[in-house]
Amino acid sequence: MSNAVSSLAVPAPGSKASEPEIRFEHVTKTFGRSESDLFRAVDDLSLDVYPGQIVALLGKTGCGKSTMFNMIAGLLDPTEGKVLVSGRDPFRNFDWYRGKIAIVFQNDRLLPWRTAIENVELGLEMLNVPGAQRRETAQRWLSRLGLGGHENDYPHALSGGMRQRVSIARAFATNAGLLLCDEPFSALDEMTAQRLREEFTSLVRENGKTAVFITHSINEALQIGDRIVVLKRPAKIAYDINLTADLGSAEKEAIREKIRDVLSA
Amino acid sequence: MTQQTLQSNWTSIVMPVLTRIAVLAAPFVLLAVAWQIAASMFPSYLFPSLIDVFLRFFKIVASWDQFVQVLATVGRIMAGLAGAFVIGGAMAIVMARSRATDNFLSPILTFFQGIPALSWVVFAIIWFHGIEFRILFIMIMTTLPAFTFQILGALRAVPKDLFEMVLSFRPTKAQMFRTMIWPSVFPEIVTAWKVNLGNAARVVVVAELVGATGGVGYELLQQQQLFDMAGALAWTLQLVMFVIIVQQILTWIEVVAFRYRAISERSL
Ligand SMILES: Nc1ncnc2c1ncn2[C@@H]1O[C@H](COP(=O)(O)OP(=O)(O)OP(=O)(O)O)[C@@H](O)[C@H]1O
Ligand SMILES: [Mg+2]
Repeated sequence: MSNAVSSLAVPAPGSKASEPEIRFEHVTKTFGRSESDLFRAVDDLSLDVYPGQIVALLGKTGCGKSTMFNMIAGLLDPTEGKVLVSGRDPFRNFDWYRGKIAIVFQNDRLLPWRTAIENVELGLEMLNVPGAQRRETAQRWLSRLGLGGHENDYPHALSGGMRQRVSIARAFATNAGLLLCDEPFSALDEMTAQRLREEFTSLVRENGKTAVFITHSINEALQIGDRIVVLKRPAKIAYDINLTADLGSAEKEAIREKIRDVLSA
Repeated sequence: MTQQTLQSNWTSIVMPVLTRIAVLAAPFVLLAVAWQIAASMFPSYLFPSLIDVFLRFFKIVASWDQFVQVLATVGRIMAGLAGAFVIGGAMAIVMARSRATDNFLSPILTFFQGIPALSWVVFAIIWFHGIEFRILFIMIMTTLPAFTFQILGALRAVPKDLFEMVLSFRPTKAQMFRTMIWPSVFPEIVTAWKVNLGNAARVVVVAELVGATGGVGYELLQQQQLFDMAGALAWTLQLVMFVIIVQQILTWIEVVAFRYRAISERSL
């Protein structure tokens, strides 16, 4: 399980010294039933994400962010261009990424016939982690996300925010090196979200993981991202900035202003 | 615990059960009363008294060589359904995975669905010799299309977003089946069995006309020749009871399989 983690170096954020962990090369993705009726969700997108980076993806609704994730996850094949993850094509080498990618989906996607803890165990089952260890890991993650006591609840008996946290636990429990999070903290109250953002950053930093997370909150992007990428519709980079740790509040305000401009353009 | 709380506990457990039974029984009681009225007005070879019918019913259950006939028919129903389930399941999986196969098989199955059970009886008699094989063939051919379409529907209804979520963990085929496909199609399969069981119970007596020398269908033919209405009803009831019992078992399985489902406090 940890092989993917250990293989990832932790360069300075934004450093271009190492090979990119995720690479989009002129990627276009179109949807449509017929040749004449094509919808362009991603348009000629080029982007490199380096190991150890936490990239915040911002963009208007429907601009193709989730579609990008699906291509990184190997669930969608780009129509044109190339997507590479760890130097490979994720769509064609699908099984190679077992235990290496974890996804927090935009909607919780819990299996309704499994209890909270069984849902968290799902990814560990695929990695053939023995039962007792699986239970113990899942238990630990549920407690960490404040869900102790709800292990045996079915999803229908959990609130939206609780379900979202179960799905975060499910993704993190596999200890994958690359985390893709689609608005992971959007269904939570501000206090819980704040606590989880801190947890999230320390988790990624301590274990040298790479993370891309989608958010609609500029503040959240500024707080946990060490790089912010703003997309316009169809997905194409409109603004891309590396953040340094010692950013003053005036600089932050300038960036915030700039992102607002780009988003409203 | 005082005498009184014991008493109220006892009634609180027993009363709902009794009410349930009463509600279940009410339509049958009504039917029986109507029949009894008819029995008092018409000659008994048209409307025999229900007492005679029930006596015959219990005679069949009590006498082994008659009850074996019921078991034979039950065996034929279950064998036919099992065969149709296995073949239909295999076809449904292939059809769910390949559009071309679906386009090829769906019209054939639809075509088969329009063929009456009696036609299959005639074909089976012309084509095959063994009686049991004829019956099995008829049972499978008549239940196969519905089974296949139902399983195919269940496979198609596997939620795409959940499927992709599981897929993102890179499961093996077996893991995918165990964690995602089976749990989501299982309740639908139980429902399919319930529906097909009723169909099969109705077809089997026709199938037994291919020359079976035993079974409920054969016995019914005997009663017809003897003009014995009470006997005909008693044998029919055997089959009906079997269907009711198995349906109830399947319903329990359904309840357990669906225990994760949210129950709305308002009905549809
Ligand atoms: N499978 C599909 N078939 C057809 N169109 C699709 C499909 N998936 C996405 N799209 C379209 O692609 C566009 C981008 O969708 P996507 O889900 O990637 O947006 P998003 O940036 O994640 O939006 P949001 O912030 O609202 O989640 C949308 O306009 C959507 O209609
Ligand atoms: Mg989205």
